Amino acid sequence: MTELVLLVDAYLVDALPEIWFGAVMFALAMYIILDGFDFGIGMLYAARNNEHEKETFLTAFGPVWDANEVWVVAFGTMLLAAFPRVYSRVLADHYLLALGFVLALLFRGLGPEMREQRDDERWKRYWDYSFIGGSFLAPLLFGTLAGRWIFDAPTLSLPVLLTGVGLVTVSVATGAAFLTAKTRPRLASDLRTYGIIATLAYLIGVVALLTTVVVTDAGGAAETVLSLPVGAIVVLSVVAGGGGSVLALRGKYRAWLVSALGLPALLSLLVALLLYPNIYPPTGLTVREAVVSPLALNLVTILGFPALLLVLWYFKFLYGVFSGPIEGEGYKN
Amino acid sequence: MFSIPDVLIQGWVLQLSPELASRAQFGWTISVHIIFASLSVGLAPFIVYFTWKDVRTDDERFTRLRSFWVKVFAAGFVMGTVTGIPMSFQFGTNFPQFAEVAGELIGGPLAFEAKMAFFLEAVFLGILLFGQERVSDRTYIFSSVLVGVGAWLSAFWILIVNAWMQTPQGFEMITRNGMEVAKLTDPLAAFFTPRMPWMYVHMVNASVISVALLVAGVSSYIVWKKRDATAWNTALKLAVIILLVTAPLQAVHGDAYGRHVADTQPQKFATMEAHYETGTADLHLLAFPKSFDAITDPKAETLFTVSLPGVGSFLATGGDFDAEVLGLNEYEENPPVAMVFWSFRFMVGLGFLFIGLALWGGYLIYNGRLSESNRFLKTMIAASPLGYAALLTGWYVTEIGRQPWVIQGELRTSEAVSSTLTGREATLTLVGFVVIYIGLILVALHVVRWLVEDELRELGVNVSDDDRWYGPVPKVSDDD
Repeated sequence: MTELVLLVDAYLVDALPEIWFGAVMFALAMYIILDGFDFGIGMLYAARNNEHEKETFLTAFGPVWDANEVWVVAFGTMLLAAFPRVYSRVLADHYLLALGFVLALLFRGLGPEMREQRDDERWKRYWDYSFIGGSFLAPLLFGTLAGRWIFDAPTLSLPVLLTGVGLVTVSVATGAAFLTAKTRPRLASDLRTYGIIATLAYLIGVVALLTTVVVTDAGGAAETVLSLPVGAIVVLSVVAGGGGSVLALRGKYRAWLVSALGLPALLSLLVALLLYPNIYPPTGLTVREAVVSPLALNLVTILGFPALLLVLWYFKFLYGVFSGPIEGEGYKN
Repeated sequence: MFSIPDVLIQGWVLQLSPELASRAQFGWTISVHIIFASLSVGLAPFIVYFTWKDVRTDDERFTRLRSFWVKVFAAGFVMGTVTGIPMSFQFGTNFPQFAEVAGELIGGPLAFEAKMAFFLEAVFLGILLFGQERVSDRTYIFSSVLVGVGAWLSAFWILIVNAWMQTPQGFEMITRNGMEVAKLTDPLAAFFTPRMPWMYVHMVNASVISVALLVAGVSSYIVWKKRDATAWNTALKLAVIILLVTAPLQAVHGDAYGRHVADTQPQKFATMEAHYETGTADLHLLAFPKSFDAITDPKAETLFTVSLPGVGSFLATGGDFDAEVLGLNEYEENPPVAMVFWSFRFMVGLGFLFIGLALWGGYLIYNGRLSESNRFLKTMIAASPLGYAALLTGWYVTEIGRQPWVIQGELRTSEAVSSTLTGREATLTLVGFVVIYIGLILVALHVVRWLVEDELRELGVNVSDDDRWYGPVPKVSDDD
């Protein structure tokens, strides 16, 4: 009986609300890492005219994008399950941004899948536009939404715009690294240039963003920005970005991919640090105040965490099946 | 049905109230999503069967059928994904008070849907579509099973949420951060509400029926064009056999389900029968409007009905012809009666039509003339979208019949709508969704048509190749 009472009246472990804040941020990290390189593929696709190269890009994208995109649903629903007030207010307060983002995802997802349904030049051309436009707008709008969430500033303000642009550039960087690891060297040398430029743009963007935050004290985050952990994230980002670029130039593509994927992971960590202990500045609520009752949180922990581990395991399986460079006809049979 | 201030027309600018626009938008987006979601649920068992037969027997018929229907499944899944993500956001964008009040109750199941079902389906569909050369036969078949399990689990968690909105339990209302919200007190009661098993069986079976009709329609078309297409004769026969089981099951189950609704949501039951005066209820077997008013406001005196006296009472109580059924006049506010009344009749009518079609097909199989009766083939072609028509109207009965509540007896829809949303924003996104989703449906129909035409070409049937993309010409560079 004691155990049952414990389950109802107290969190399984005292830090469970904080752990859930971490779990939600982990889902966010998974989303901007995995779907981030999907967006990058979509944007780099704009620079391709050769049909064979386009097909190669789409082959790299095809088997994984759908599963990657589900992380945004995991992120949203985990936020709803643990912090319903935050889920409700963030989405309701940014109505057009949120729905614009899901519509961008719609065009991004339909593009490649519909393109291959018909061997017709014009038909394909339209779906290419859909793919490219969606892949650019989705990270821009999602980043803008995140910027407004964290900094409580208007859409057309420097911190918010820089967050949007930052997510776009980091997506191009990871997309280039992913494609390079997946394609032939001739294509790779070309992608390498895009990747390095995007990485540098991203690093400049992050530094500019943090400087702006310190100067304007957006969302009251200036103090946090000047703390040691944020400094460490900036240093690590510069190391990952700069080191990754060197690795790329030396042709060590897998190592480049690993360090490039570190950038969005560090970005999510930065988001978490800027927010904590608050969770959505306009509501003035902290993580502990916004969290659901012990029974509800314990339940989603007991059922949800094993499920999350299983998801990670079958993602490993999926990427294992489709590992290695694409050759000839690619994965299709 | 809606008060006048809900709709504002200024010159060419139409502006709906945030509530009306939000409801219309949610209703419209879920109507489109539900078609693709139920396509996944209904097609899953077919895919598993075809994949298993194909890999195990190497029978060319099943290779054809697997390859064709996996393509349909893949296109449908993509449409389901891109239309499903807006659904998971609209609880927050349009109905934030609902999301906040019900967060502890609906957040868990929705998160489990993503983590246990949606991921499973998406990951293993990737393998089913692109990985046949890269995994063993056993893993390949298993992937098809996991895709199916994902689809059915997805429906399970989503319907837990919806069933709770119909018959809420397992919670108490508390005040948190200055707002009355539901606190989870009994997870088992909250997940397995009285409505849940009824809804799950009815919905999954409706999905299977809809897909069986679609498979039968496509097969009939191909067989009609080419009689000796063996794979498609097999598919047609399989679809008819599945209909013979599922269509009658739906009617029997639906009858008992109606009784359950009368017990748990008497107002919805009264709406389904347009039963205004408390007293014995007749069952209107057939109802025809006598005037235009009867379409928008059905009442006993404006309808020409073929009715069974007292049978409404009999059905509601399970055996008592004189039982008193609560009428709509007892309630302060009622759902839009016309939409529910006519939707319900439409659904039930189609349900009986499906039984008739199944029996006809069964009779032809018995006589060995299934692919010879032109009349049957043409009827099945015409009937192929009707499963979805029945499924959607059934869903309208469930959802519109629950109004004015979003959580039955606990929270009104009007109280759930975002207070920060303006009519202009809501109308703008509604129009956007309507335009984009109509385009989406047209694309989906074209894709199915092209798949069928490709199949016919492979079977050696002459199909005209003149249908090209007639949209405006985009700029095409020369170096392609």
